[in-house]
Amino acid sequence: MTEATPRPATLPLTRERAFDPPDELARLRAEAPIQRMMYADGHEGWLVTGYAEARAILADNRFSTRSELLHSPIPQRGELNKEPLTPGFFLRMDPPAHTRFRRLLTGQFTVRRMKQLEPRIEEITNGRLDAMEREGAPADLVESFALPIPSLVICELLGVPYEDRAKFQRDSAVLLNLSSSMRDIRAAVNDLLAYLHHLVALKSKEPADDILSGLIAGGELTTEEIAGVGLLLLIAGHETTANMLGLGTFALLTNPDQLAVVRDDPVAVENAVEELLRYLSIVHIGPVRAALEDVEIGGVQIKAGESVTLSIAAANRDPERFEGGDTLDVTRPAHGHLSFGHGIHQCLGQQLARIEMRIAFPALLRRFPNLRLAVPAREVPMRSDMAIYGVHRLPVLW
Amino acid sequence: MRKSLGETMKIKADTGRCIGAGMCVLTLPEVFDQSEDDGTVVVLDTEPPDDVRPAVARAVQLCPSGALSLEE
Repeated sequence: MTEATPRPATLPLTRERAFDPPDELARLRAEAPIQRMMYADGHEGWLVTGYAEARAILADNRFSTRSELLHSPIPQRGELNKEPLTPGFFLRMDPPAHTRFRRLLTGQFTVRRMKQLEPRIEEITNGRLDAMEREGAPADLVESFALPIPSLVICELLGVPYEDRAKFQRDSAVLLNLSSSMRDIRAAVNDLLAYLHHLVALKSKEPADDILSGLIAGGELTTEEIAGVGLLLLIAGHETTANMLGLGTFALLTNPDQLAVVRDDPVAVENAVEELLRYLSIVHIGPVRAALEDVEIGGVQIKAGESVTLSIAAANRDPERFEGGDTLDVTRPAHGHLSFGHGIHQCLGQQLARIEMRIAFPALLRRFPNLRLAVPAREVPMRSDMAIYGVHRLPVLW
Repeated sequence: MRKSLGETMKIKADTGRCIGAGMCVLTLPEVFDQSEDDGTVVVLDTEPPDDVRPAVARAVQLCPSGALSLEE
């Protein structure tokens, strides 16, 4: 045989339509739910597009999230994995190091605690809607609604002054922008950490009723570790829900029958939020894991050291798990989606995100029953250039 | 009697594995709760009635850390 082994494909990134993952992912999933993929540094690892396989890997502690073990599916992020780990950044730790941090925080994010925040989240939401009414149409929904609500909430929870948002929102945008240089990323991380260090020092002297003060009082973490935890929660806490609110509203505006359900049926909202999470799957790239030992998954042998990229968007559209999954149907049973991940790293703030969305979507649609796009749908700038997908802006009228 | 004979279901929770994601509480608050201290699972009723069996099964299935299991 003279034929060379075909070179494995790289990660498909181009989205043909605003709300759908790249078509190529669906083609690959139909071919094989787990298959070889070429990484940016030439590493021949794996791409997982099937729901069952992705879920199994996320739940399997033989796969690591430690940066130094990971290869990057895209060239821009390879260097980032070589940076020393920021103390306290437990998303990139395996047990038992991860367990220590997670345990200190889970008590703060229980379903009960998050439910207690409902009145305050409603107040914040109404405050934003009042401001939109005052200022009048048109408005950019991202700037006036989608970003400030989760940003205000996470600031209050952590104990970060919201007045400082210009700083951390700018830095976190640099961190999430896939075309940021390593130099800019390093500067943004250092800037945010310096800011959080300063805040931790202030709170050591004047504690308040917030998570950072609680971590300081607990005495189990160093100042560096508390700043690292703060960095993780601050970024994760506002960019994710903000993009779900922005992109979710865009999706509902282009599906008026679905929008009507969310606006008119309070009972349906809970499931509608799950379906929006499933359908939109805003984590644009990855997560990536590295096998710590040889593992067999879905009839495939993954060797120790090989990287595995899980396409959450493709898994959440897997017809084996969600029939007709390419259609937004807010009445479908959508539980079990992987948008918050699965396994020990599953999103710490997911119950907060759910409550924010359950309050914000219907409140927006009821306040402005004539809410509509102020530009043609194709002119809405999509966040294809960011690690978290969504809309950069959403010009609306009402 | 809501329980059917010979098919008693018993919920087992491994708090050492639990990561406090809260999926069980979200699915079935009548049966599951979270500790105020560290957010790990507290089973309020280890042998819940038959009529919540599907919801229990879903809570076990949704648990991200594999901390919940059923003994039948």
